[in-house]
Amino acid sequence: MISLQPRAMPSKLMGYLAPLIALGLTLLSGLVLFALLGVPVGEAFHAFFIEPISTPYGLSELGVKATPLILIGVGLSIGFRAQVWNIGAEGQLILGGIFGGAVALYFYEVDAWYVLPLMLIAGVIGGMLWAAIPALLKTHFNANEILTSLMLTYVAGLLLSFLVHGALRDPDGFNFPESRLFHDAALLPIVMEGTRLHIGAVVALFVVVAGWVLLSRTMLGFALKVNGAAPRAGAYAGFSQKRLIWFSLLLTGGLAGLAGLIEVAGPIGQLQPTISPGYGFTAIIVAFLGRLHPIGVLFAGLIMALSYLGGESAQITLNLPVAVTGVFQGLLLFFLLAADVLINFKIVRKVRRQL
Amino acid sequence: MYSKTVLAKKLLAAATGLLLTTFSGIISADDPFKIGFVYVGPVGDHGWTYRHDIGRQAIEAEFGDKVETTFVESVPEGADAERVIRKLASSGHGLIFTTSFGYMNPTVKVAKAFPDVKFEHATGYKRSDNVSTYSGRFYEGRAVLGTIAGMMTKTNTIGYIASFPIPEVVRGINAFTIAMRKVNPDATVKVVWVNSWYDPGKEADAAKALIDQGVDIVTQHTDSPAPLQVAQERGVMGFGQASDMSAFAPDAQLTSIVDNWDAYYVERTRSAMDGSWTSEDTWAGIENGMVDFPEYGAMVPDDVKAAADVIKEGIVDGSLHPFQGPIMDQNGKVVAEEGVTIDDGTLLGMDFYVEGVQGTLPK
Repeated sequence: MISLQPRAMPSKLMGYLAPLIALGLTLLSGLVLFALLGVPVGEAFHAFFIEPISTPYGLSELGVKATPLILIGVGLSIGFRAQVWNIGAEGQLILGGIFGGAVALYFYEVDAWYVLPLMLIAGVIGGMLWAAIPALLKTHFNANEILTSLMLTYVAGLLLSFLVHGALRDPDGFNFPESRLFHDAALLPIVMEGTRLHIGAVVALFVVVAGWVLLSRTMLGFALKVNGAAPRAGAYAGFSQKRLIWFSLLLTGGLAGLAGLIEVAGPIGQLQPTISPGYGFTAIIVAFLGRLHPIGVLFAGLIMALSYLGGESAQITLNLPVAVTGVFQGLLLFFLLAADVLINFKIVRKVRRQL
Repeated sequence: MYSKTVLAKKLLAAATGLLLTTFSGIISADDPFKIGFVYVGPVGDHGWTYRHDIGRQAIEAEFGDKVETTFVESVPEGADAERVIRKLASSGHGLIFTTSFGYMNPTVKVAKAFPDVKFEHATGYKRSDNVSTYSGRFYEGRAVLGTIAGMMTKTNTIGYIASFPIPEVVRGINAFTIAMRKVNPDATVKVVWVNSWYDPGKEADAAKALIDQGVDIVTQHTDSPAPLQVAQERGVMGFGQASDMSAFAPDAQLTSIVDNWDAYYVERTRSAMDGSWTSEDTWAGIENGMVDFPEYGAMVPDDVKAAADVIKEGIVDGSLHPFQGPIMDQNGKVVAEEGVTIDDGTLLGMDFYVEGVQGTLPK
């Protein structure tokens, strides 16, 4: 019988190396996979990992794709540190899009500097409000936030669908479910001429730094970590559990809402029945891949974004199926979790005693 | 500030240089003409995307090594579409088909940046000098299905699994219901919205719920064969969607509407290659073969086949229109008087149910 035994002192170094090991093993498996598919391995790797970022435009798209993942990932990693499991970032993202988008549509004819800041504020508030529901249910009724936040995601999706089919629908759009295209004053400024790389990417970098400062340099960050590692110790130290739950959820909700606003005011430019291909869920992988550390999340977000871009480019240049993207992402997570298990546990062979 | 502008300029110059090299690539005469496709679902959905991919293969069969086709599947209708379309345009594709409504604005946007590339957008309404639109008059097919359903139902209740309440889908429900009630005024239609084009699990659940509520025929405006498979299991009947799905449900499929893009795709490719391509709006039906049907199922009796054929022929020779008055909406209000036919403009924005549809239209 093989069984797992907890290690007394899991290696900290290995904890940080695990994502790299997982990445290496994923690449290795990719090698085998491509060889089995009969695709020239070198070409496949080039198409998947190099080609998408070999041009300035490609790099800008990497930034566009990684921005929402990083924004949400930073929020989640802080919440997860405090053992607050917000799984509903996708829903909070959608609410941010709805709130910010509604402001843009309300000021449809207005060409003024204050439209965009108002949208940003509305987006953040939208995400926070949606996250406040699980926070309230958790602190007052001890309802599990994993379930409540996840289920609210579906409510959010239907709410968006309801609005773009009705109140926010483009009056000149033949009843198709989408809003008007936003006015230029309601679109994020582009930071790199000729691309879609918008100011949101800069905001994401700022959030990474702010998240890092919060976790490593402030009392609040310390309280969050202590509370996550040893809740009772936290309680003895006088940290209020409830306040930490509220803070974690509002923070992740606000950042997810910001990500949603940035998507609709950035690359999409209008409200549609779907505004996110699951960024809120992918960001959970990003948070863990980044070791729940804001700087790690930055890199993990870029890697995840690259896997999407690579999937597209592999389809165009090599006619590989889109499923390859999913396989790569799945392998990456699988190896990461496996590495984590081996870092925290050791494998022992138990000899069954004969009676 | 200085270094930033210089950097931006350098990047721009590099990008332009790159574009130029790609463009010079297409000019050489011996290179195959490259055609790109953007799909909303997987090519294996056996419905909407599958049929577009069959159309792509028809281009390859017709032109052989004079063309080269590329497709990108399961592209979300959001921020990602623009990047994929742009990638195809900048990698030497001269003609690009974007095959879902949600690609409309990204297609128009990319088309502006690539005036030499021709774009074809399915089901949209925005055109420009290098963007055409095309779609099928699938409501014509729905009228044929409705006729068969009206004659064959025993419970007088038909289940309709619908994707999103957009005009295209509402139009289909109405055409189906009008034709059904012409042959069976007691029959009604129950609609379930699944809010997805392709979600076999949800589609199957909807089919089960409808059958539990007593419908004996299931029809669908979603892309997977799942509802038909449920119908087969439960011993009721149904219609295929977008392609011939009889292989999935040999005892259940009465007939199917087949989206047949082959001729259109070949034709548009030919005109793009010989330079005669112009921006057009195509909305073709049974007459052009864009809306097609497989063989009737073995369980369809001869009189029903004959009645269905009469509808098909009437639509083709123009003697019959699925939206000929008198037509009443759900509340009994007349929307088209006797002898009046609802015009294309109203059809394109249809947002009400006709009499005979149960429930209210989500808005």
